[in-house]
Amino acid sequence: MNIHAIRVIYKYEMKRAFKTIAQSFASPVISTVLYFVVFGTAIGSRIDAIDNVSYGLFIVPGLVMLTVLSQSLANASFGIYFPRFTGQIYEVLSAPVSFVEIVTGYVGAAATKSFLIALIILATASFFVEMRIDHPFLMLAFLILTCISFSLFGFIIGLWASDFEKLQIIPLLVITPLVFLGGTFYTIEMLPPVWQTISLFNPVVYLVSGFRWSFFEVSDVSVGLSLSMVLLFLLICLLIIGWMFKTGYRLKQ
Amino acid sequence: MSSIVSISNLSKTYEGGFQALKNVSLDIQRGEILALLGPNGAGKTTLISIICGIVNPSQGTVSVDGCDIIKDYRLTRERIGLVPQELTLGAFESVWDTFCFSRGLFGKKPNPQYLEQLLKDLSLWEKRNEMIMNLSGGMKRRVLIGKALAHEPMILFLDEPTAGVDVELRKDMWAQVERLRKAGVTIILTTHYIEEAEAIADRVGVINQGELLVVDDKLALMHKLGKRQLMIELESSIGSMPEALAGFKLEIGTEGDQLTYTYDPHKANTGIDELLKALTGAGLVIKDLHSVKTSLEEIFVNLVKANGRSAA
Ligand SMILES: Nc1ncnc2c1ncn2[C@@H]1O[C@H](COP(=O)(O)OP(=O)(O)OP(=O)(O)O)[C@@H](O)[C@H]1O
Ligand SMILES: [Mg+2]
Repeated sequence: MNIHAIRVIYKYEMKRAFKTIAQSFASPVISTVLYFVVFGTAIGSRIDAIDNVSYGLFIVPGLVMLTVLSQSLANASFGIYFPRFTGQIYEVLSAPVSFVEIVTGYVGAAATKSFLIALIILATASFFVEMRIDHPFLMLAFLILTCISFSLFGFIIGLWASDFEKLQIIPLLVITPLVFLGGTFYTIEMLPPVWQTISLFNPVVYLVSGFRWSFFEVSDVSVGLSLSMVLLFLLICLLIIGWMFKTGYRLKQ
Repeated sequence: MSSIVSISNLSKTYEGGFQALKNVSLDIQRGEILALLGPNGAGKTTLISIICGIVNPSQGTVSVDGCDIIKDYRLTRERIGLVPQELTLGAFESVWDTFCFSRGLFGKKPNPQYLEQLLKDLSLWEKRNEMIMNLSGGMKRRVLIGKALAHEPMILFLDEPTAGVDVELRKDMWAQVERLRKAGVTIILTTHYIEEAEAIADRVGVINQGELLVVDDKLALMHKLGKRQLMIELESSIGSMPEALAGFKLEIGTEGDQLTYTYDPHKANTGIDELLKALTGAGLVIKDLHSVKTSLEEIFVNLVKANGRSAA
């Protein structure tokens, strides 16, 4: 195990985040504040409480998930795409590191960043609403699993993308709609029955639902199902990464 | 002599179907400086990239210090440092940070004293806290060399290290190479500057169109393939070749007062005696005579030309 390699890759990626601190940490905070002002306060004051949870509080887990998903994808995909694009990747390829070590370094750093951002958002949100977390450990487990699995997914995108457009296209065209339709700002019970059924094919529903349950025991689907879906997604990402490792996909000619 | 890198029957066909290496076999000796010469697209970078693990071989094997580059990649790669042909560096990190990164990546624990000495050897110590994007091209080239040496490799690959480097810096670089050789590092470099290979290499390999045409001791190569030329300056210029000299392989200089005679110095009869007699017989007065060796450059050009003809 080349621990030193994991350490320097991780450190390099974390340093990159702190160098662009405004972009990395301030922008998620600002957008969260905006969501709260618009949805939580302005519109939310006219929306009834859902299962005895005020609307402002209700959207907190959804907002955290929204940011964690997009940040994990953006950080992890860019982290590996950029050195491929500039050619710097030659050094990693010629080093005595295994693919597992490369993934651990890059994905570990991206997941850490998302995790920190999630904590910042929760802290910011607690200025607007009275925070309530019924199952803090389950909440952390959901959060960490999501950070890791979506960073893995981002890493896959960063390897697959052959240009900047492809790098953006999956987050924009697939993830953003799934997140907005995934019960981030509402419970799917509010939808007409047909759409409720369709929603069950959206993996983000399970994520948000389970995560929200760990806050106030309110969910669209059972927690056990949510947890299994997250683990399934993690497994799928690991399998894809494993296959990429075996074939040297997009890394080596 | 023991070989440190052993390449056997190596071939590479890229995804598009282009065959960049054809059945290359080569042994690199421990502690030597080997220069690989070859025109653009010959396959030099491909060969180096396979040994370093950046490109997968299609066929054949490579072992480094007795270990297979695929099965024992950790052992082989930690022994190797690579200075790539392109200036591929991050822009927003400091020189010091990038050196630490490279060292760690190759599995070595931090060693600030070693890196400090390395930076000083490369005249980069003053620039250690500078962002890489604020360095000149030549400095970036030295940063790349430093990164390749940060993990104390025993084999160093330099892929055209002197492209875009001024004369002064080139001299510094060769001094550094000489120091490394003294420390026991095996060095493989590619270059288009043949004088360079002539000046510093122990052995020279010539690659063209994916084939290794020759590898030999530099001096032996020049001896074996080298021709000599006799330059004859005449008292007065001649318009055309006199009838009596038609049998000799002679070229007239543009001014008409110089003749060049190419011969093989290893032959029993070089033909010089007959030529001189014929010259006098033709009534030409010789003003001056001197002979020169063909350079490695001419050997190289001839080899590549001959290979091109046989391939076509
Ligand atoms: N990734 C690739 N895909 C397809 N063909 C490639 C690839 N990389 C190199 N080639 C081809 O392989 C051949 C050898 O390239 P290589 O870079 O090894 O040459 P070289 O000897 O280093 O040339 P130069 O002196 O210009 O650096 C070239 O014809 C090149 O077009
Ligand atoms: Mg090259």
